[in-house]
Amino acid sequence: MDVLDIAIALIKIVVMFVVVLLTVAELVYTERKISAWIQNRVGPNRVGWLGLLQPYADVVKLLLKEDIVPAAANRFIHTLAPVISIGVAFSTLAVIPIAGPTITLFGRTVHMVIADVNVGILYVLALTSMGVYGLTLSGWASNNKYSLLGGLRSAAQMISYELSMGLSLIGVIMITGSLQLTDIVHHQHGWMWNLVLQPVGFITFLVASFAETNRAPFDLPEAEPELVGGYHTEYSSFKFALFFLAEYANMITSSAVITTLYLGGWQVPYLETFGLSDGWMVLVQILAFMLKVAFLLFFFQWVRWSVPRFRYDQLMNLGWKVMLPLAIANIVLTGALLLFL
Amino acid sequence: MSYTDAFFYFFAALTVGSALVVTFSRSVIYAAFALLFTFLGVAGLYVLLQADFLAVAQIMVYVGGILILLLFGVMLTTRVTNAEITTGTVQGLPATVVVGILLGTLILLVSRATWNVQESLPDVTGTTTEIGERLLTTFLLPFEIAGILLLVAIMGAAMIARSTDKTKEAA
Repeated sequence: MDVLDIAIALIKIVVMFVVVLLTVAELVYTERKISAWIQNRVGPNRVGWLGLLQPYADVVKLLLKEDIVPAAANRFIHTLAPVISIGVAFSTLAVIPIAGPTITLFGRTVHMVIADVNVGILYVLALTSMGVYGLTLSGWASNNKYSLLGGLRSAAQMISYELSMGLSLIGVIMITGSLQLTDIVHHQHGWMWNLVLQPVGFITFLVASFAETNRAPFDLPEAEPELVGGYHTEYSSFKFALFFLAEYANMITSSAVITTLYLGGWQVPYLETFGLSDGWMVLVQILAFMLKVAFLLFFFQWVRWSVPRFRYDQLMNLGWKVMLPLAIANIVLTGALLLFL
Repeated sequence: MSYTDAFFYFFAALTVGSALVVTFSRSVIYAAFALLFTFLGVAGLYVLLQADFLAVAQIMVYVGGILILLLFGVMLTTRVTNAEITTGTVQGLPATVVVGILLGTLILLVSRATWNVQESLPDVTGTTTEIGERLLTTFLLPFEIAGILLLVAIMGAAMIARSTDKTKEAA
């Protein structure tokens, strides 16, 4: 571990950071465009070509606004909460592998993942469970009834769905026999994606991801008709921008996790039959990975503008009475199949 | 000082410092919040000891589960408008005596014990497989008993929560 290694790690982190930030900006744009198409509107079309620069104008607008902290709020936690949200959203990406082969840079072999952790899946789950803190603490620290209710709802929702999320993962772990994300991707060679091997687990994991990212139809923590803005009612300017950023970064993170676990990660079927060099392989695989993530991101937005929000009791019923038994049944079934086949 | 040492002192300082906040903070929320950093610091120390599984399990169970329920409880019991439950100091003198005796005993034990110190850590790559195999072979009985104990506790908690539901509207 010398200076060059640290520099390479830092470069990877910065690249990941910049790519995610730019993707978030364009995600806000596509979200507005997709919602417009679904609702038969035009959507943003004034700032830049086809309105492509709209999100940047929005960011500047947000940052120029006054940062208001309510008088009775807990200043320290009120400021810290968005930082926790954003930190958690970004750190999960550290374990996601984006290509298989290594490339040589400055005489070092560089792996296409920031940190290839042994317990990758558990790391992802642990960080997901920490995401609750940003929302809950922001709700509490704002000293506002709506914020608090939003924060409490988010905590209840995330705890409930985390369980089925973890349980649906067990099927994948059983098939692969490893907690390392690179192993899991290597195992999904060719068309043997976990989507094919674990259809039930995929569906429960996908639904749980929607709940964990607080996206519609599970966006109860910020349900406008009942809770004004939910946990971020009392946030403005930069802090609100951070929450906004965290929501979209979380979408990217869960799309990347779903891709890695169920859609074969960077695997492109039959790619190795073309006899490409390692450099080209890396390029194609990164592209494939990004395409899969992009499709999932589109899916997230598609669902948001097509499905109405759940009622709170429906949310809890679905989580505990449908998702949990399904996830457990999936484990039993996977175990039986592994044992007898 | 190597990187590892620097990280060790960082995590040790984080653990001890936030533990002090937990102990001395008047506000329960702040104490619970500081506990978050204590757990994170301990998880960091586990990582430095190459106990990767333990570190992540520590975060998942304590940070993701227990502490969030603790915060949940505090928030629901605190009134929304005028916040903060505070902790008070009672029974100062007896507490000082008991804690003093305990501290003395601990210091005595720590200084006299023969510590099993290793020069360097064995080169381990991943403890998960090993832990899993041990749990389902050598330590199967304790593992199953712990599982049953937890199951009984869950059922008990559900029973208690259920009986109060009849009188009150479910939250």
